[in-house]
Amino acid sequence: MALTIAEVEHVAMLARISLNQSEKEQFALELGLVLNYADRLKSLQTDNIQPLDHILPVSNVFREDVVIGSPDREDMFANAPMAEDGQYRVPKII
Amino acid sequence: MKLNDLSVHELKNLLQSKQTSSEEIIKSCLERIAEVEAEVKAFITLLEDDALKAARNLDKKGEYQGLAGIPYGLKDNFCTSGIKTTCASRMLENYVPFYDATAARRLSEADAILMGKMNMDEFAMGNSTELSAFFPTRNPWDHNRVPGGSSGGSAAAVAAGEILFSLGTDSGSSIRQPASFCGVVGLKPSYGRVSRWGVIGSASSLDQVGVITRDVTDCALVLQAIAGKDPSDSTSVALEVPDYSASLKADIKGLKIAYPREYFQAGIDQHVKACVMEALKTYESLGAIIDEVSLPHSEYALPAFLLIACAEASANMGKYDGVRFGLRDFSADNVVDMYSQSRGLGFGTDVKRRILLGTHALSAGYYEDYYLKALKVRRLLKNDFDKVFENYDVIVAPTAPTVAFELGAQSGDPLTMYMNDILTGSTNMAGLPGMSIPCGFVQEMPVGMHLIGKPFDEPTMLKAAYAFEQATSFHLSRPGRRVR
Repeated sequence: MALTIAEVEHVAMLARISLNQSEKEQFALELGLVLNYADRLKSLQTDNIQPLDHILPVSNVFREDVVIGSPDREDMFANAPMAEDGQYRVPKII
Repeated sequence: MKLNDLSVHELKNLLQSKQTSSEEIIKSCLERIAEVEAEVKAFITLLEDDALKAARNLDKKGEYQGLAGIPYGLKDNFCTSGIKTTCASRMLENYVPFYDATAARRLSEADAILMGKMNMDEFAMGNSTELSAFFPTRNPWDHNRVPGGSSGGSAAAVAAGEILFSLGTDSGSSIRQPASFCGVVGLKPSYGRVSRWGVIGSASSLDQVGVITRDVTDCALVLQAIAGKDPSDSTSVALEVPDYSASLKADIKGLKIAYPREYFQAGIDQHVKACVMEALKTYESLGAIIDEVSLPHSEYALPAFLLIACAEASANMGKYDGVRFGLRDFSADNVVDMYSQSRGLGFGTDVKRRILLGTHALSAGYYEDYYLKALKVRRLLKNDFDKVFENYDVIVAPTAPTVAFELGAQSGDPLTMYMNDILTGSTNMAGLPGMSIPCGFVQEMPVGMHLIGKPFDEPTMLKAAYAFEQATSFHLSRPGRRVR
């Protein structure tokens, strides 16, 4: 079943992606199609199954607390769309 | 035979015995590029001058250890210092990193010579390389067909003889399916075997860096050069790296091979299936023990895989907000509109669709039914594999349901394209090594056989691949030149 345009607008707002009207219509159909397909998982009984979020049993990987080289500031800013006085510049926030 | 048509191991011998120079090898590849690249279009960035210069410097020294002097390509999602790294996206069209991905650095430390950055589906999302924001790559065996994807440029260039080997990335099939479509060898190592540092991520718990070559011997050589722990990637594993070349032995008497019945069922082209069944007979004749097994949760693998891949992709893509790098829409007058409009402009349709699917699957009200459910299925899939590997050394199946399809053939319904991951996505979910090797032809197009190994047991998988290769001649065929 297709999503409604309002549902697509909601998820696009969460994802911060602007969509035009024809994209909204296209994604309403396509997301519905894929989610419909994903719904076949619901028929599988998984109540006592532990979710597997990562294949390796690693957590909190530490290294020695020593100073290592850090990237050059100029290099970091070289790809910035807009920078000024060693800071990224963006339009009004509030 | 021309230099560019040889294998890495043959060229290594020629270089070490001074029968050729790196410059001659590069020139041979450049001649081939001049012949075919206008049609194949495998490169986003070709580094002709840099490659020649590096080769001349190396030839002056005259020492050729490891992969020294051998030309290769990198999928355009490997960061390369001072060289544009686009992910085949408008979002990163002008992005120039200031550092090298660890895998790329290891190759340049081995004195291998970077020929260029290879085309791909945008942000490694896709299976045909038609989803590059710039241009599609074509299959060197038939220019009306796709090379597969997302590492399509990497596979096509190796198959076409433009480069000797390449690196790609694989989150569901993105090295193995294009290797299958292009008639070359493609290996996705165990999750954690190769550092992902500096590789632009798509789905971080599924992504793995891997190798595309023309034969299994080359595959072992290149994997050796890039495998191992990297302090910069906390998911890379500190297990000792075995000597992969030493594992290449043609004697596989008693090797236990399982073929899962679910991977030979509906949806798999009958002729592709027949090629792989024939390959199993070859294995039997070599003394391997062949049995049919079941991976009972296979029918749930693809939907679970899609949900996890899209969820992780939606998180990874969050960093493209027009602030620190990448495309920005300057017309917005507040920061939230700037994020949304930059992303609306910079991402292609398939990337947007996956971000939206992933965002939906992670959002309040849907998280448990979709994302959490998929993680539980992931556990069941891993358990299925663990059970088979209690009794078997290697699993064999087709790599892809079909041979390479025609350009445009799967551009309608997105599920059709997503189905390309159906036979391989589970190995990423379970972190297992997998590789595709040539095992036949259908409609004059190459067919790939998928071998799956136990975690970190690349040696046994390579050995099985090598034994098959030694017993057959499929790997010797090149586009326009079938060896029968």
